[in-house]
Amino acid sequence: MVIKLKEQAAKPERLAPGHRFCAGCAEPIIIRQILNAIDEPVVVGAATGCTEIATSMYPYTAWNVPWIHNAFENVSTTIAGAEAMYRVLVRRGKIPERNIRFIAIGGDGATYDIGLQWLSGALERGHRFIYICLNNEAYMNTGIQRSSATPMGAHTTTSPAGTVIPGKMQWRKPLTEIITAHRIPYVAQAAPSHWRDLMEKARKAAAADGPSFINVFSDCNRGWRHGTETAIEVTRLAVETCYWPLFEVENGVWKLNYKPREKKPVEEWLKTQGRFQHLFQPQFKHVIAEIQARVDEEWEGLLKKCEA
Amino acid sequence: MALEGAHASAQAMRQINPDVVAAYPITPQTAVVQTFSQYVADGEVDTEFIAVESEHAAMSACIGAAAAGGRVMTATSANGLALMWEELYIAASLRLPIVMTVVNRALSAPLNIHCDHSDSMGARDAGWIQLYSETGQEAYDNTIQAMRIAEHPDLLLPVMVMQDGFITGHAVELVEVADDTAVREFIGTYTPKYSLLDIDHPITFGAWDLWDYYFEHKRQQTDALSKAMKVIVDVGQEFGKTFGRTYGIFDPYAMDDAELAIIVLSSTAGTARTVVRELRKKGLKIGLLKLRVFRPFPAQELVAALKDVKAVAVLDRSISFGAMEGAGPVFLEVCAALFAAGAAQKVVNYIYGLGGRDVLPEYIERVASDLREIAETGKVKTLVNYLGLRE
Repeated sequence: MVIKLKEQAAKPERLAPGHRFCAGCAEPIIIRQILNAIDEPVVVGAATGCTEIATSMYPYTAWNVPWIHNAFENVSTTIAGAEAMYRVLVRRGKIPERNIRFIAIGGDGATYDIGLQWLSGALERGHRFIYICLNNEAYMNTGIQRSSATPMGAHTTTSPAGTVIPGKMQWRKPLTEIITAHRIPYVAQAAPSHWRDLMEKARKAAAADGPSFINVFSDCNRGWRHGTETAIEVTRLAVETCYWPLFEVENGVWKLNYKPREKKPVEEWLKTQGRFQHLFQPQFKHVIAEIQARVDEEWEGLLKKCEA
Repeated sequence: MALEGAHASAQAMRQINPDVVAAYPITPQTAVVQTFSQYVADGEVDTEFIAVESEHAAMSACIGAAAAGGRVMTATSANGLALMWEELYIAASLRLPIVMTVVNRALSAPLNIHCDHSDSMGARDAGWIQLYSETGQEAYDNTIQAMRIAEHPDLLLPVMVMQDGFITGHAVELVEVADDTAVREFIGTYTPKYSLLDIDHPITFGAWDLWDYYFEHKRQQTDALSKAMKVIVDVGQEFGKTFGRTYGIFDPYAMDDAELAIIVLSSTAGTARTVVRELRKKGLKIGLLKLRVFRPFPAQELVAALKDVKAVAVLDRSISFGAMEGAGPVFLEVCAALFAAGAAQKVVNYIYGLGGRDVLPEYIERVASDLREIAETGKVKTLVNYLGLRE
């Protein structure tokens, strides 16, 4: 079904205005795009993190849908418990079948790191839920500490750039591939700059008869060190440089969703952000070359996977 | 029927037929979860069984399921309970009426799979109601009552039902299993006040609080627990009327004219009762209080029950490390209750049975003889003692 902006704009908001996200944050944009795309009723769970903190400060809530926060690592299991309860209550005739979709939202900390075991367990068990990773590439909620999604060379408060060490030393964890290895019905990588692509992916995830996962690139101007008005531009550059490729794996079939007409050098994306500023000093320039080499390697690998 | 204690708990779970069970196996609890899985496989229950990848996930799934508005149960032991620690607090603080069987076992290190109470005592401040069982029968009866207690509208609190690992958990004894229909009638149906699945009335579970509300929420939570004792007693009496076995806060034995008293939890009460019976025949005025409810702690009720006693021995199957003289948690609570009431009884503590160490009748006899001396001299020689320890 084609997504028409006019129709989407007329829908009631599921994430209400009045939340406390930072100015220029990509997360509420992504959540609204996703919830807007899904037509079915939803129950949402959130891991501890920016989304949770920004939307649920008692006695207020920004959620116009049922919502639960349990702890940092276990949103996938919490929502799996709710999904299991839904199935049994419908089966036992205690509540009507309402075609509810269960959504778990976690940051990269809650997804790549502390919550990976819980996520993997819930995927293996086959609960029907959509997992959304809002990947802003560090523990932004606690003040910009490195995660295993943090890119090489990025300055964070626990991988600081100094005179000797040029920020984070390690490459990011290939989480989307790790999730794909679980052979669940639907896995995708997306970005809010390519909103139609993201919304279509949300619909596919909602339609999947089993677990689905979308890793969404989520700009954080506070952590990435840029202005509050450029989230979408910076995100678009990440896609254009192939640093953040848009692809999906539907029932094991890999598909590239967007191929830039001209693959831009990753440097163009790096220079938009203060967290990479130190890399442009002469002694650290080699890191940029390393990043470019890894981006190229991953991009070529992805193209091969998507060709078959 | 002849059942192991763990199977008695599983039988109760079968009859309750909860909506969701999420569990992970751990010795000596494994018999509970695997028996229940078989009930699911054989269609004896139509529960949604979630075989999770850890105990933390078990409690996480239970929280999600309970917030979605149905009956939820699980079971664990020892390190599994410790792994749930974060989630135990969240289950209680979200006021979710989850019922959990705990087959008591020592906590590592060193690794030990046998009974003591260090696991459930470690969870004593998490906000759960705690019921301890002496026998498989009590484990069965307590599990059924726990469902009613947890779901009482004044409480909405999770309940842990304890039994002693291997000693009760794996010992075969005769357990009177009630008729399925009678159990189902007793527990009735559960209608949640709030549910995640009520999409027409969306609510937010697990919001975050600053200093401006957190304190009040904790006050509400402790107020709810303070109402639990009445509910526990009411349900215990109603259970007695229905099934012929009445339950209270504690089970007194030979306490009417007792001058000496022993307080103990769970299976050791059986051994202690036998010794007390023999000593009574010899004319010693000794009695036994088997504590069933440890959380909420029945301070006033205990003080009243001990008012005519001269000396009290508290038997602890765990240590509160770093507490006064390395005492056990039950002893500390009893001391606090007596002191706050201005009572003058002498109190002495015995640590026993750690890691499954046997409890012999002669140990209890030693306790009785110490108590007699304390009552005569008015002096407690050693505040914290050990039973059956090689020194």
